[in-house]
Amino acid sequence: MKETLLLTKHMRENPENSHLIDVYEKNNGYSAARKVFKENNPGEVIEEIKTSNIRGRGGAGFPTGVKWGFLAEDEERYLVINADESEPGTFKDRILLERDPHQLIEGIIVTSFASNISKAFIYIRGEYAKPARRVQDAVEQAYEKGYLGKNIFDSGKDLDVVVHLGAGAYICGEETALLNSLEGRRGEPRLKPPYFPAVKGLYNKPTLVNNVETISSVPWIINNSGKDYAKLGVEGSTGTRIFSLSGHVNNPGNFEIEMGCSFGEFIDTFGNGIKENKTVKAFIPGGASAPWFTGEMLDIKMTIDDVANAGSMLGSGAVVVMDEDTNLVLAAKSIVSFFAHESCGQCTPCREGTTWLEMILERISSGRGRASDIDLLLDVCDNISPGLAWPPQMTTICPLGPSAVSPITSLMGSFREEVESLLPKKVLINND
Amino acid sequence: MTWDSKLIDRANQIIELYPQKRSALGPLLYLAQEKEGYIDDDSVVEISKLIGITEVQVRSVASFYTMYKQEPSGKYLISVCKSISCEINNSREVIESIKEFTGLANNETDVDNTFTFEEVECIGACGGAPAVQVNYETVEGMTPTKALELCKYLKEEVPKVIVADHLQDKFGGTKSFDWAIEDNSGTSSTAPGFQIIGTSEEN
Repeated sequence: MKETLLLTKHMRENPENSHLIDVYEKNNGYSAARKVFKENNPGEVIEEIKTSNIRGRGGAGFPTGVKWGFLAEDEERYLVINADESEPGTFKDRILLERDPHQLIEGIIVTSFASNISKAFIYIRGEYAKPARRVQDAVEQAYEKGYLGKNIFDSGKDLDVVVHLGAGAYICGEETALLNSLEGRRGEPRLKPPYFPAVKGLYNKPTLVNNVETISSVPWIINNSGKDYAKLGVEGSTGTRIFSLSGHVNNPGNFEIEMGCSFGEFIDTFGNGIKENKTVKAFIPGGASAPWFTGEMLDIKMTIDDVANAGSMLGSGAVVVMDEDTNLVLAAKSIVSFFAHESCGQCTPCREGTTWLEMILERISSGRGRASDIDLLLDVCDNISPGLAWPPQMTTICPLGPSAVSPITSLMGSFREEVESLLPKKVLINND
Repeated sequence: MTWDSKLIDRANQIIELYPQKRSALGPLLYLAQEKEGYIDDDSVVEISKLIGITEVQVRSVASFYTMYKQEPSGKYLISVCKSISCEINNSREVIESIKEFTGLANNETDVDNTFTFEEVECIGACGGAPAVQVNYETVEGMTPTKALELCKYLKEEVPKVIVADHLQDKFGGTKSFDWAIEDNSGTSSTAPGFQIIGTSEEN
């Protein structure tokens, strides 16, 4: 089993300086942009993207071409690149920003051409200062070459790109929260409807919001074809995907593969197995929001649909491996604490619920648990996400609250004894 | 302290980038942070005038985001990640080691304003867990010992510009991925180093 390098090819072949415009251009860079301006058929570009069947790489997996098709007519339309990568376990957009920023900029140029957009923003999380500097350098280089600015590629069209730095809020990865943040407001998700920023987005104008990896895929699709792209991977999960592998593996990192192999194969081949030859107790298949799989479930295939059918999600493509000695109560607590900290506070079930879950797990893990705590945990979870179903039922504006439920249901589903072993065996009356 | 004309010019250049003035609020808050180490009341007043919203609206946004500090921070802001990949790779020991050296608890600043210490959520360095940031410059593959050496270096050498690549060379270990050619830019304040804000500095 091997990697299939589309998005990470250029950076692999030019390990020292793939982020510089000259090096990018020497390797066929900006040819997709030239091509679309030469052929001058925006509808054709959107068709190619639809044919490629690429689905958004931010987590939700919405078909990109369909999203582009939604974009409402208006004189003022925007493209916003979501580079607020913050899902624990995920660092694949970081490598694309840091090592191949021109690929992203070329994707922005092609996307803007296809959708008749003249202003784009790249919203990068504040903690990615170095990647943001690289992207800003690249944007300036592209302006100097006339690829951005007025009359780009002598087409008569203008395109401005502004790199905007976030300020440490996971919730801004939710697209409507990101738009609020970019408007200079608190990063609180907007009420739906309207469901799609493509209808009402930035400044209430039609806006495309796409992930870094999605837009970075666009130049390859244009240089080759949507059909070629769709041949890679499997139906419903076409193309390649960059998976971020971390946790107890010998060789963590980003690996670009065609979707369709099993998690076990992936972890063995690229992660070079588990540290100290231990076994896998559990693993997270798609970022901290995703319900966990147990070590017995390593045969599940890494496709959007296979993972969904098994009760979780491929999400942001972050695989986190936990070995046999992992304290899963502490692991769950870490994830729940994350969501409690990142809750924007608008919806009561999320704001209060995640905080309660954190407090209960804190007392269980420090030996102060109560016999009734498992029931209490599940009751709080049920109030955040009724029925504890997957995909979750919502009581909140966005999926952040239900995401905090995932690690608890995983823990109770397959590792209940581990929690019980930390609790007193009977209820003590008047003990507290 | 009120803003001088130079800072106001910088602010106006940033405002120019956006179709609506209010979008510049985030970057302008970083200007305050660079200048004072936190979002001080005078800056709130200046910013509210510059973009035409109320002072309360400015403060309401500033207090939402963790990277805008509401109290003065030290020269070096040390942020240790405690999210899942770092958690299961012993970030707690790194945290203990930094706490011991600095004598600080979470979100505290020492009396001589050298260090602010904070435990933070995922910084996107999971392949190099456990990871820390100094003034938002990432160091991956940390150990408790290396963390001590890092703190000692900051305290004794008092580097002006913090550069991720330099700290990684000196104190880092396993990285999330190869970082390519060495980068020489960073920041000299607790605002992230970024050209548009004017906080990016070469060492």
